[in-house]
Amino acid sequence: MSELRITEHPILTPEKREEIEFFFRDRPLKAYKGEMISTALFANGIRIFGEHYKDGSPQGIFCANGQCAQCLVLADGLAVKSCITEVKPGMKVMPLDGLPALPGDDQAMDTSHIPEEFETEVFIMGAGPAGISAAIELGRQEVRVIVADDKHIPGGKLGLQTHNFFGSARECNAGMRGMDIGTLLAGELEKLDSVDIWLNSPVAAVFSDKKIGVVKNGRFVLVRPERFLVAAGARENALAFPGCDLPGVYGAGAFQTLVNRDLVKAAKRLFVVGGGNVGLIVAYHALQAGIDVLGIVEALPECGGYKVHLDKIKRLGVPVWTSHTVLRAEGDGILERVIISEIDKGFRPIPGTEGEFEVDTLLIAVGLSSVNEMFNKAREFGIECYAAGDADIIAEASAAAFSGQIVGRKILQDMGLEVPIPGEWDEMVKILRSKPGKIYPLQGPNIGSNKIYPVIRCVQEIPCNPCAENCLLQSLSIKSESIMALPTFGGRCAGCGHCVSICPGLAITLVDEGYDNTREKALAIIPWEMPEGTIRIGEVRTTTGFEGEVIGQGRIIAIREAEWQNRRKLVYIETPFNEARLVAGIRIREPASKMAPLSVKAADDAEVIVCRCERVTKRQIMDKIRDGCRDFNALKAELRTGMGPCGGKTCIPLIWGIFRECGVDLKEVEPHIYRPFELEVPLRAFIDETEEGKE
Amino acid sequence: MKTHYDAIVIGAGSVGVPTTYFLAMRGYHVLCLDSYSSSGQGQNKAAIGGTRATHSDPAKIRICQKSLEIFSTWEEYHGQSIGWKKGGYCFPVYRAKEEKLLKSILPIQKKFDLNIDWVGPDKIKEIIPGINPNGLIGGTFSQDDGQVCPLLAIEAMDKAAREAGAEFKFKNEVTDLIINNNTIEGVKTRNGTYTADVIVNAAGAHAREIGYMAGLDIPVFPESHEAGISAPVRPFLGPLVVDLRPGREGKTANFYFGQNHENAVIFCYTPKVPFAGLDRGATSEFMPIIANRLVELIPRLKNLMVRRLWRGLYPMTPDGVAIVGKAPGISGLYLAVGMCGQGLMMGPGVGRELAALIDKGKPEMDKKVFDSLSPERDFYAGKVEALK
Repeated sequence: MSELRITEHPILTPEKREEIEFFFRDRPLKAYKGEMISTALFANGIRIFGEHYKDGSPQGIFCANGQCAQCLVLADGLAVKSCITEVKPGMKVMPLDGLPALPGDDQAMDTSHIPEEFETEVFIMGAGPAGISAAIELGRQEVRVIVADDKHIPGGKLGLQTHNFFGSARECNAGMRGMDIGTLLAGELEKLDSVDIWLNSPVAAVFSDKKIGVVKNGRFVLVRPERFLVAAGARENALAFPGCDLPGVYGAGAFQTLVNRDLVKAAKRLFVVGGGNVGLIVAYHALQAGIDVLGIVEALPECGGYKVHLDKIKRLGVPVWTSHTVLRAEGDGILERVIISEIDKGFRPIPGTEGEFEVDTLLIAVGLSSVNEMFNKAREFGIECYAAGDADIIAEASAAAFSGQIVGRKILQDMGLEVPIPGEWDEMVKILRSKPGKIYPLQGPNIGSNKIYPVIRCVQEIPCNPCAENCLLQSLSIKSESIMALPTFGGRCAGCGHCVSICPGLAITLVDEGYDNTREKALAIIPWEMPEGTIRIGEVRTTTGFEGEVIGQGRIIAIREAEWQNRRKLVYIETPFNEARLVAGIRIREPASKMAPLSVKAADDAEVIVCRCERVTKRQIMDKIRDGCRDFNALKAELRTGMGPCGGKTCIPLIWGIFRECGVDLKEVEPHIYRPFELEVPLRAFIDETEEGKE
Repeated sequence: MKTHYDAIVIGAGSVGVPTTYFLAMRGYHVLCLDSYSSSGQGQNKAAIGGTRATHSDPAKIRICQKSLEIFSTWEEYHGQSIGWKKGGYCFPVYRAKEEKLLKSILPIQKKFDLNIDWVGPDKIKEIIPGINPNGLIGGTFSQDDGQVCPLLAIEAMDKAAREAGAEFKFKNEVTDLIINNNTIEGVKTRNGTYTADVIVNAAGAHAREIGYMAGLDIPVFPESHEAGISAPVRPFLGPLVVDLRPGREGKTANFYFGQNHENAVIFCYTPKVPFAGLDRGATSEFMPIIANRLVELIPRLKNLMVRRLWRGLYPMTPDGVAIVGKAPGISGLYLAVGMCGQGLMMGPGVGRELAALIDKGKPEMDKKVFDSLSPERDFYAGKVEALK
C-alpha cells in the first residue's frame, strides 16, 4: 500500500489489515477495512476533500473527531463527515463542491416508528478514561449502566497516547503507556455484566422531558437514566490567524488520531503552535512516526507543558521559540509555509523578527475546552447529573481516569450504597490535576564511589513517581508525602536501567564510568523511542545535554531492547569520560534556523476566518462589535456565526476573544444559547428500525 | 437623558420593531423597549419564516398582503437582503375533508385578491418534487406567498427604524405602566421611567402581563411549538408546504415546512393538544414525530440531515385572530398582540396600519375589515380562523 502508511513504528505495531478498494473522483484507491474515509484519503495523499459551498475555499481535515464539518464528502451520494464515516468496499467518494443534492430516492419507508427507549440507573456519555473508570466502579456494584461513545473503539483519546503516563504508579498506572491503560480499562469494563457499552453512538441531545437522545449505530434511541454522567472529554481550542483555515492547518489531536490510531504518515514536515503538553507531545509523536518537526512556537515566555517534555524535544533537535506566535499560514489552496514572529509583552508581533518555514502541516495545540454542553443542559432540565475527567476540569488523562473513579463512587453513595471514597483519593486527583510547579536548578549527580549511577534531569514539580517505584535497589526515592516532589538518588545503583526505561519524561540516564579503565571514555546510557534506523550501532552522532545543548560526539555501541523495557530502547553511547554525565540525548536533526521571509504581508482581519462553517471573518465580527453589538445571538442572526453544522464549537471561544480584544467588558455580552442537536442527524435515523450493519 | 417620547413600543419583536419603524417614518420620536439584549430575541427568531396572505379571515388577508408587499420590496428599497423567497404556499390534499375546507375558503380568498387556485395532483407533483403520489387529490397553490429570514428581516427593520430616528433600549424590562385619569403617561422599567403620549403593547407572549399593568385582561395565551432546521441542500423545494391532515401518531394536527433562502429545510408541527405555557426546552417527542411525517409525505427527505431544534411561543387568542387597535378604556394605549404564531408575517402590516391609526386616527385599509381585529370584540363568538 501507499508510502503514506506507517509500516514501522517504535511503539505501535502495525497489524496486517484487510485491503479494500474504494473510489475518489472515480479513481480506484486502496483503503483498509474498518478505517474512516478521511484516513483512507490521507493515506492516498489526498488532503483537499472539497470546496466550501459559500466561497469555494478548499476544505480538509480539521478536528478528525466528528466535531466540526470541514471534512464533509459525498459518500455514495450522501454528504457525510469523512472522519467518522467508515469507508466501505466499492464506496464512491466525491468531493463536496457546492451544496449536496438530496438523492432522488423515493422509496417509501414505514413511517410509524417510535424510538426505542432504554431505562438505566446510570448513563455515561463517553468511554474514555473518565467514563470507563466510573463505569468500572459502578459495574462492580452491579449497577445497571449504559456507556455510549461516538467512536468505534472504547478508550477515548487514551488510544492515541503512545507515551508513558505520569502520575502515581500504584494509583493510576503511571509508567504505563496511555494506550495500554486504555486497553486495560476497556478489558476491565468488558468483564462487568451490568455495563452495556454502545460504540458508534454519539449523544445527540438532552431533552427537557429528561430523556437523552443517542444515535445508536445510526438509529435514534432514547435513554431515560436515573443519573447521567458526562465524561465526554474535551475539544481542541482553535486559533484565528490569516490562513488558519487552509487544509494542512489542523488540531494536534486530529494529527494524533491520523498518526497513532490510524497509522497514517499524515505529514512530511510540520510545525506546531503551542508549547503546552499537547504541543510538545505531538511533536514527539510526529518524530516517532518519521515526520520531521521544524519547530514549535509558544506565545508565553515559558512553555506551559512539563519541562521534561520540552527538554526531550529539544535534545532531538527541535527548536522551541517562546514569546513567538504564528503570523500567517500561506499556500495555494493548501498549506505550503508558515511565518512566525516574536511578540512583545502585549502579544503584539515585533516587526523584523519574522521567520519563514516550508511545511505541509501546522498543528494547533493551544489548549482544550471541556465538552460540557450536555452537562449544563441536563442540569437545566433537572436531570441528576455529574461530570468527570476533561468534561469537568481539563487535565492529564491520568487525572481523568482518577476523577472518573471518584465520581463513580460518588454516584454509588448518592444511590445509597455504602462505599468509601478514601480521603487520599481527593488529594490525589488534586495533585494529578495540578499545573507543573516550581523548577529547581539541575543538581550534579550523586556519584559517591559508584562506577555506575543515574543522572536525574527531573527538576520541576510534577505529579510522577514511577522511577521511585521501580528502582531495583530502592535507592531512588521521593522524600515527601507528595508525588510532586523531585526524586533523589540514595547512592546505590545496580545499573539495571529500570528508571531509564520507565521515566515518563525520559529524564534519567545512566553513566557507566567503569567502561574504560583508562578513564578516557565512559558510557552514557539513554532512553530511546525513535524509529528503527534513526540511529545505528557504530555511528558517531552529535550528543545533546539537559536542555538540548550540544555536548559533543559519541559513538553508539549498543542498543538494548528487552521485553521489560516496554518498547523503550536503551542506547549505549561511548563518549569522552567527562561528557558521559552530561549526555542526555542524541540529535536526530539539525535545528532549523529562523530565516527571514522575503516579505511579510500586512495582517488583515478580513482574511482571518473565525467561523469556519459559515465562512465569517474576524473583520465582520469586529465591525459588528464596534457598532455596539453585545449579543452573541445578534451576531448569529446577522452573520450566522455558530449557525453552521458545528454549532459554534470552534468559533464561540474565538469570538469571546474578539470581544475582549475590542475592549468590551465580557459581563456586558449576552452569551450564545446552546441548542440541540450536538451533531447533524439524518431523518432516516428516526424512522429506520435497524441499526447500521445489522439486519 | 431624554425620557419623554412621542411613543413607546413595548417589545422589540416581530410586531414591535416594524411598528417602531412605521411610527418613526411618520415623524414620531419612538422608544422601543425590550427585556432581551437585542431585537428579535423572543419569538421572532423561533419563526420558520413563512409569510402568506392565504388565510380565511379578511383582516388577516389584508394585513398580510401589506406585509408581503413590504417584505417582497424591502431589498429593492433598502438595499438589504432579508432572505425573501417568493416560492408560494402549497397545501397538498389527500382527503375529501381538507379538499372541502380549502375549496370552501377559495371564494373569500379570491374576493380579497389572493392569487390562489386549486390545482390537480400533477401540478402538485411538479411543485413538490418527490411528494408521495398515493392518494394525492390535488391542493391549493398561492404563488405570491413566500418566506423571509426572520433574523435578517428584524435586523433590517431595526436598522431602518434607527435611521428614521427611533431609539431602542434593551435589557429593559417593563415593570409597570403609568396611567392617570384613564390616560397612559409612561412606563416604568428596571432601568428607569420613560414617558410618552402613546404606548403600544407589542409584548408578544408576555402581552397579557403588560395588559394586567393597565388593569386589562387581554386574552393572549402562549403555547409552545417546536421547530427544527436541516443542513442546507441543493435547492429542490419552492413553496412552503402545509399538510393539514392530523398525524397518524395521534399527537399532531397539521405540519408545515419549506426550504429557506439559505437552502435549509425548516419545519414545524401543530400539536393536537397544545403545550400551554412558556417552557421552551426541546422535547424528545418532536423529532421522531416530524421525521415520520416528513418522510411519509416526501420519502426522499429521509436523507435530510437535521441540524438544530428549538421551541417558540405562539401567543394564541380564543378565536385565532390577532388583537390590534386601541385598548378599551385607556387613552393612548394601543395593542398589537395575539398574533397566534403569525407575528412575523403579520408584523409589517400590523405596524403600518397601527401607525396610521395612531397618527391619523384611522387605518390605511378598510376600517370595517380592520375593526374585526378590535380588542373590544367578543373573543368567544365562535368565529375561528380556518387556517390557523
